[in-house]
Amino acid sequence: MDISTKTTDASPPTPQPAAAGKRGAARSTSRPGDRIFLGLSRGSGILLLVIMAAIAVFLTYRASLAISKDHGNFLTSFEWNTNIDPPVFGIAVLAFGTVVSSVIAMALAVPIAVAIALFLTHYAPRRMSGPVAYVVDLLAAVPSIVYGLWGALVLVPHMNGLFGWLNDYFGWTGIFSWDGGAPRSMLTVGILLAIMILPIITNVSREVFRQVPQMHEEAALALGATRWEVIRMAVLPFGRSGVISASMLGLGRALGETMAVATVLSPDFDIHASLLNPGGGTFAQNIASKFGEATEQGRDALIASGLILFVITLLVNGAARAIIARRKEYSGANA
Amino acid sequence: MSTAAVTDKRPNSLRSGHLPKWSPWAIAGGSVVVAAGIGLGAGLSSKVEWGLIAAILYVLGTFVIATMVEGKRQAKDRVATSLVWVAFLIAVIPLVSLIWTTVKRGVKVLDPYFLTHSMGIVADSEPGGGIYHAIIGSLEQVGLATLIGAPIGVLTAVYLVEYGRGKLARAVTFFVDVMTGVPSIVAGLFILSLMLMLDMQPFGFAGSLALAILMMPVVVRSTEEMLKLVPNELREASLALGVPKWRTILKVVLPTSIGGITTGIMLAIARIAGETAPILLLVWGNSFINNNPFSGAQQALPLYIYQQYANSSGSTAAYDRAWAASLTLIAFVMILNLVARGIARWKAPKTGR
Amino acid sequence: MKLQRKNRLRALSLGAIAVSGALALTACGSDDNGSGSKASGAPSGSANASSIKCDSAKGQLLSDGSSAQKNAIDAWVKNFSQACGVQINYKAGGSGAGVTSFTQGQIPWAGSDSALKPEEVTASKSVCKGGQGIDLPMVGGPIAIGFNVNGVDNLVLDAPTLAKIFDGKIKNWNDPAIAALNKGVKLPDLKIQAFHRSDDSGTTDNFTKYLKAATPDNWKYSGGKTWQASGGQSAAQSSGVAQQVKQTNGAIGYFELSYVGDGVKAVSINTGASKPVAPSTDSATKAIAAAKVVGTGKDLSLKLDYNTKADGAYPITLVTYEIVCDKGNKADTLPTVKSFLNYMASEDGQKILSGISYAPMPDEIISKVRTTIAGLS
Repeated sequence: MDISTKTTDASPPTPQPAAAGKRGAARSTSRPGDRIFLGLSRGSGILLLVIMAAIAVFLTYRASLAISKDHGNFLTSFEWNTNIDPPVFGIAVLAFGTVVSSVIAMALAVPIAVAIALFLTHYAPRRMSGPVAYVVDLLAAVPSIVYGLWGALVLVPHMNGLFGWLNDYFGWTGIFSWDGGAPRSMLTVGILLAIMILPIITNVSREVFRQVPQMHEEAALALGATRWEVIRMAVLPFGRSGVISASMLGLGRALGETMAVATVLSPDFDIHASLLNPGGGTFAQNIASKFGEATEQGRDALIASGLILFVITLLVNGAARAIIARRKEYSGANA
Repeated sequence: MSTAAVTDKRPNSLRSGHLPKWSPWAIAGGSVVVAAGIGLGAGLSSKVEWGLIAAILYVLGTFVIATMVEGKRQAKDRVATSLVWVAFLIAVIPLVSLIWTTVKRGVKVLDPYFLTHSMGIVADSEPGGGIYHAIIGSLEQVGLATLIGAPIGVLTAVYLVEYGRGKLARAVTFFVDVMTGVPSIVAGLFILSLMLMLDMQPFGFAGSLALAILMMPVVVRSTEEMLKLVPNELREASLALGVPKWRTILKVVLPTSIGGITTGIMLAIARIAGETAPILLLVWGNSFINNNPFSGAQQALPLYIYQQYANSSGSTAAYDRAWAASLTLIAFVMILNLVARGIARWKAPKTGR
Repeated sequence: MKLQRKNRLRALSLGAIAVSGALALTACGSDDNGSGSKASGAPSGSANASSIKCDSAKGQLLSDGSSAQKNAIDAWVKNFSQACGVQINYKAGGSGAGVTSFTQGQIPWAGSDSALKPEEVTASKSVCKGGQGIDLPMVGGPIAIGFNVNGVDNLVLDAPTLAKIFDGKIKNWNDPAIAALNKGVKLPDLKIQAFHRSDDSGTTDNFTKYLKAATPDNWKYSGGKTWQASGGQSAAQSSGVAQQVKQTNGAIGYFELSYVGDGVKAVSINTGASKPVAPSTDSATKAIAAAKVVGTGKDLSLKLDYNTKADGAYPITLVTYEIVCDKGNKADTLPTVKSFLNYMASEDGQKILSGISYAPMPDEIISKVRTTIAGLS
């Protein structure tokens, strides 16, 4: 975000119009229009901050109520039973399941989504890219309950073949062993989540790739680069931060996805080495599963698990920010 | 390789060998044939496996042939091209299947009667009834949420990119990051606790507030990204002409990135239009028509779909209605999408791609 | 500038069109899909409607609770709304959600698969001014054990075998324990895939209570709404379990009777009676008749006898309670709640239950319920 320093030497490091006014009378920030606009945009930033902070406080408060009553170990118990007195619950299984399913989803979706975005911007015939882009837009809009219905009715039966194949050739690894249950496992969840977030990542990435300055590409072409070299040298470096942001949007949905996971997973409270055998669970799925019968105390426990999801999201986003920051020399149009 | 017939190296002083235009098709056809042969020979029953083998053969074949004929750099280029195509085709299968399933199951009961009547007193396990009440509810709740969430989100992103430095901006960025992963039910519970404090009964606008909370981080994140892509030259040119900064942002920066911003807002709307949990908690659900989002329980499409699926004792009529409502919801977002794209195109600067 | 003004005008007119379109849209729908149009297959004729006493029922009523009684409530709401013009809004979000909303004062009555716990009664006192929440048993239902095994149409199991199957101790359909109960049935060599609920549920609660009462040696778990046994696979909601059983050869699962059919068959239970009992509304009512009222005061919560050996009594049943305040109901909703509950407990109300796979309450219990309803204030 080196824009403001570059563009307007008037805007000070801290956005204080008063300070700016003192420095230069005729500078932009002292005009009434500017002040109003800055006030508006900063106001909404502050409003957002207040809402988010309020939610964080609310969550922490309710979660602390629950954790103080927990008779299991909140971090390591392999059980979630809040209907007994005293309640016993732990988030180990959920944290594991959430991370595993999201990792699978990201590993599958990000490369394919980037490829499709490139396909739409650089490879597809013009006649084709319009309609396809539209369909992708549309798919990003399909509500998750529909993905859930489709996953349970269409995807799960089709996974049998893949699971058998993985078990035959990679069963020895332990990760891909399968004892023939219904294929309602973490891998299926990961694949369904990948399908769900694919359009989201594609959408934003496509928009980013379209913004690549044409001059960069033409310059590369003029030097005799092949199309792939143009993409590698001009398009991808330019779009890197955007693609990471897009992936984060997708990841946000994958981490918090509820209904789709609940319909295709056969959850239990155990960590399984195999991705193919049913079992495990995710935070959001667990909240959906347990909420209907939860008492006040059960709700607090579920909120506590939501808090952990908060923390995980934060860590992942932090990592992504770090990557973007490290690559800053390439990021954005203003490199 | 069955298609290795293409080996005529035309000597050329400027360019090395060049594969003819039809070669990708030939390689693709060849690999499909070989894959089918392997599949039949090894007795692989799954057509998916055949497809995967064909895809791998295609990529490998392209690489080998292109290396032999055109050299390493061209080969890499061709492999990249074929990989992109393969990725596209792999992704298309589930996505098309999803749309196909929804349309096929959805059209059964989708007719004008279905769209203009509520469920009223029709029990969930019986045939009949409609989704009018859910459409109205969804339109109003999502509309109000967008009215709140989109401007705040865009303005915040403007603040972060154009003005933001220092502690406040960092804090906003931090909380936006955190909020992207909030499960929707938690946002619902937050508003619910406020409602209980004020002793209010469920109503549509409470749902809109929760949806707006869910929407804002998505809008901020994507808008921020799009604003960063606007070249500084444009801003500098505008400022150099003496245009105030706020007019620069409104007239230059935002219009330049309006396409991307619209996409971001559409994504956010799409996400909240499919939310079940906050609606369940805050808007309650209703089988009758309620046009007033500020008083009384309302219905919404995702909640309707969920209830038809989960609470109908396996009645086929209810499943049919669930699919038809899904189709309607998708169509609703699609129309919105078209309108938004139209606006984006109309407002965007005429130059550029 | 001219161009801009034109744009603004266009934007304005677009907005105007959108707003007026939305307004026009709100006027074109209809709540009326009553007798004449598409609503066929109603579980009861409109003849019943005449016997409904509306008293001063009016307006709109919100309620939440057990999804197990959702279809019964739907059928009652249909008749009651037609007769009295009241909108009743039953969400079926789950018993826990229903009780929570009730004790928070959001709804005047809730439906629940299990009676109020002591701490919930305490919580209800803040809502029921001068009174407390009470349980009124209103709807019964058999919990069917559905199975899907190619070539097997009838299957008899008893409590120990069921417990072992769902606990993962019996793993194959041709196990001697199953064969001993099914002489003459050819059982395949097929893995048993037992499905249970992944969400907390009153159905799980009642099913495991039965296992615990009928065969404590084979079912050592404490019970409750959360499934505790290890092994087996899970699915969300009864609809999810039923769907898995339907899709999977060798599957067995438990759910409400209405999900049986369409490839899913129901297990008959060997209770020690003269012959095995199949789940049906009649056999469930018979079992509920053996229950004792254990609630004190106006509370009518029941203790079901899971060990019943009476002929034709199906032991795995579930009773749904309607939860209201005995005193201190909100004045504006009391008449509506009272007259709706009256209709539910009336002869007409109970009569339509068996047509939609629910068990009516036995006469002795329902007459107590009627007296209690009359005394609500």
